[in-house]
Amino acid sequence: MKSQLLRVTAIEPLSPLVSRFRFEHPEGAALPLFSGGAHIVVEMPDGEILRRNAYSLISDPLDGSCYEIAVRREDTGRGGSRFMHTKVAVGDLLRLSVPLNLFSLDLRAKKHVLIAGGIGITPFIAQLRQIARLQVPFELHYAARSRDEAAGLKLLPDVPQIHVHISDEGNRMDLGAILGAQPLGTHVYTCGPEGLIDAVAETGRRLGWPKAVLHSEVFMSPPPGAPFEVTLEKTGRTISVAPHQSLLEALEASDVEIEWSCRGGACGRCETGVSACDGHIEHHDHWLSDDEKASQTKIMPCVSRFQGAKLALDL
Amino acid sequence: MPRTEFSPSIASRPVYAGLTSQGATPAIMLADAEGAEALIDLAGQDASVMDRAHLIYIPAGAPHGPRLAALGARLYHEAPSFAACLERYRQALAEAHMGSQLYLAGTEGLIGQATAEALAAGLPADAIHTEHRGSVARRMQCVHCKGVTENVTTDPFICAHCGLTLFVRDHFSRRLGAFQGVCVDAETPGIVPPAQEIKP
Repeated sequence: MKSQLLRVTAIEPLSPLVSRFRFEHPEGAALPLFSGGAHIVVEMPDGEILRRNAYSLISDPLDGSCYEIAVRREDTGRGGSRFMHTKVAVGDLLRLSVPLNLFSLDLRAKKHVLIAGGIGITPFIAQLRQIARLQVPFELHYAARSRDEAAGLKLLPDVPQIHVHISDEGNRMDLGAILGAQPLGTHVYTCGPEGLIDAVAETGRRLGWPKAVLHSEVFMSPPPGAPFEVTLEKTGRTISVAPHQSLLEALEASDVEIEWSCRGGACGRCETGVSACDGHIEHHDHWLSDDEKASQTKIMPCVSRFQGAKLALDL
Repeated sequence: MPRTEFSPSIASRPVYAGLTSQGATPAIMLADAEGAEALIDLAGQDASVMDRAHLIYIPAGAPHGPRLAALGARLYHEAPSFAACLERYRQALAEAHMGSQLYLAGTEGLIGQATAEALAAGLPADAIHTEHRGSVARRMQCVHCKGVTENVTTDPFICAHCGLTLFVRDHFSRRLGAFQGVCVDAETPGIVPPAQEIKP
């Protein structure tokens, strides 16, 4: 089973921009359980376009009766979150992939430190439930611009290990203080904008933290860019990629099936060989190494784009 | 005595990359015998590495104590054996924060046991820096009786606990900080190859 058709059974606003969606099996069957940090991919048939967006699961990992996600409406985005907010109603059937976890807790840790920025709080909602069962020490730091933006407040338990930093109220997160005095065996998980993840990595580096215990997940949707064309080496076909379309979506729209799972440049599943490249690949993924990116022989079609005269893929 | 260069072996065999300064972060340093010279060289690279270091030295007859003590570590302590400084070492690990670095130098028995303690305390493997100096004698566990024989210098050797003649393997237990010794004449009782000195 790769995906299942589920019914939307509740939609609830958590903040002016963020709503919670609840999905249940149409016949009430149990859904596969998951682990904290897992995501699902929602298929959104929007007229001609089939969008697929990944969302972290925020429901209890051991509750098979439903899946819940929190969707932030991005009016200037590519349209997936707008579709969820304006076109989806209770009772609708949507196709969801089965859960996949690229941001799981490291169960060897003696303590978990969770750092969330904005909507990056979502994977931690389920992780907190898992941590509560594991009975391992933890702390969560949640930074948001304003209380209105802090949709996660309604989803977090009222426990002293949770620290909320609202920058509008002058309570900014002090990463040096958070990372400066953690006991041995602590693992750190950061989810939010790239700037926050970079800041945690830099603070950790300065304080001597090994990279292997600093985990992160960027919430990335395919960035828009200039339109471009790709040639498929095996069939000789040429496919056009529109400004707000990803290469992966353009391939799918032309019935070229390739393997994928996170659609956000993290999992590595859609890695595709480049057979000819006369120009510059705009690598946006977190999968290929710097050397692989520089060699321009591989591309992650889910997020990366191209500028130049010719790009040919091993497809 | 310079850093020991070991010949290539199986993946199980630990590799000691050599000490390089990670800067003036809090650090625990543990050395025995000739390992002292690795710490002296480390401080020569970057004197600030000693600023926040807790240095424990097991001389085991080597004369390097006064030079080590003069490196300016925040805390300096000498102990007669690993067992004698184990409680101090454990306490230092228990009080350490993430970002602390561990520098281990000297024999494989010391490096292996100290690494196992540090990993159990939660120190990430990437924060452990090691350099082999001095004797290549091994700490061996008999896989049959589970007894540990220290300072094994020949292959095969006689298990100090059960008396079996054991073949010295490169198979290393990270949990125990010891190599594995296996009965050398189990198939052909009494036919034992001549003992050879263990080479790096």
